[in-house]
Amino acid sequence: MKMLNQVKFTFLSRSVNEGFARAALAAFLAQADPTVPQLADIKTAVSEAVTNCIVHAYPNMVGPITMTAVLYEGGTVRITITDRGVGIPDVEKAMEPLFTTGNPEERSGLGFAVMQSFMDKVRVSSAPSRGTRVTMTKHLDTK
Amino acid sequence: MANVCFVPAGGTLAAYLTGEIDHHAAQTLRREIDAQVDSRMPELLTMDFSGVTFMDSSGVGLILGRSRHMAGLGGRLIVQNAPAAVRRMLDLAHIHYV
Repeated sequence: MKMLNQVKFTFLSRSVNEGFARAALAAFLAQADPTVPQLADIKTAVSEAVTNCIVHAYPNMVGPITMTAVLYEGGTVRITITDRGVGIPDVEKAMEPLFTTGNPEERSGLGFAVMQSFMDKVRVSSAPSRGTRVTMTKHLDTK
Repeated sequence: MANVCFVPAGGTLAAYLTGEIDHHAAQTLRREIDAQVDSRMPELLTMDFSGVTFMDSSGVGLILGRSRHMAGLGGRLIVQNAPAAVRRMLDLAHIHYV
């Protein structure tokens, strides 16, 4: 696939940046003219991934989150969200619906399930104490 | 950015939500809703999503948390008027709405 455009930015794991990440990505994807439902899907998946970094990767500290979005010829977008936080000891377990290590009273445990449901492909690689990388791809049906 | 305004009527407390509900916004919404519930002790809490333009799974956590809170007080929760984008998230979480 031929790359058409790419954006990469790093921001701190402060919850106010969840909205920033969604808005910045939407602005970048405007050039691909995605449908409204597809853009909503991608914004939701990115919001989940960024929230995971803030809640789980950096539970008692603030650290960097890097988001890279690549647009390919033919309308495929690939988004990578990387942190340098605590990492996930068991990725397979973490991706089970309803599993959460957060406050079970207020966290739904649906973050990865939403990413998998709203994107075409989700890949997670992680190492304890080194961080986590979530890569998501989706093919856009342009209007 | 999200907001909530409240309309109490009899034993019902209606919470009208607007804006984007993510993990950041949910923290404030949770405090505001719980404070109103704890002071008014309604039998029924309705959460109205007609003004919500975005919601991720933090909104699901917000709903489940308020449902548990109401159940603990002997009351109940109804979720209503969810737009399409919110309904998709509610369906994924198997949350009933009207």
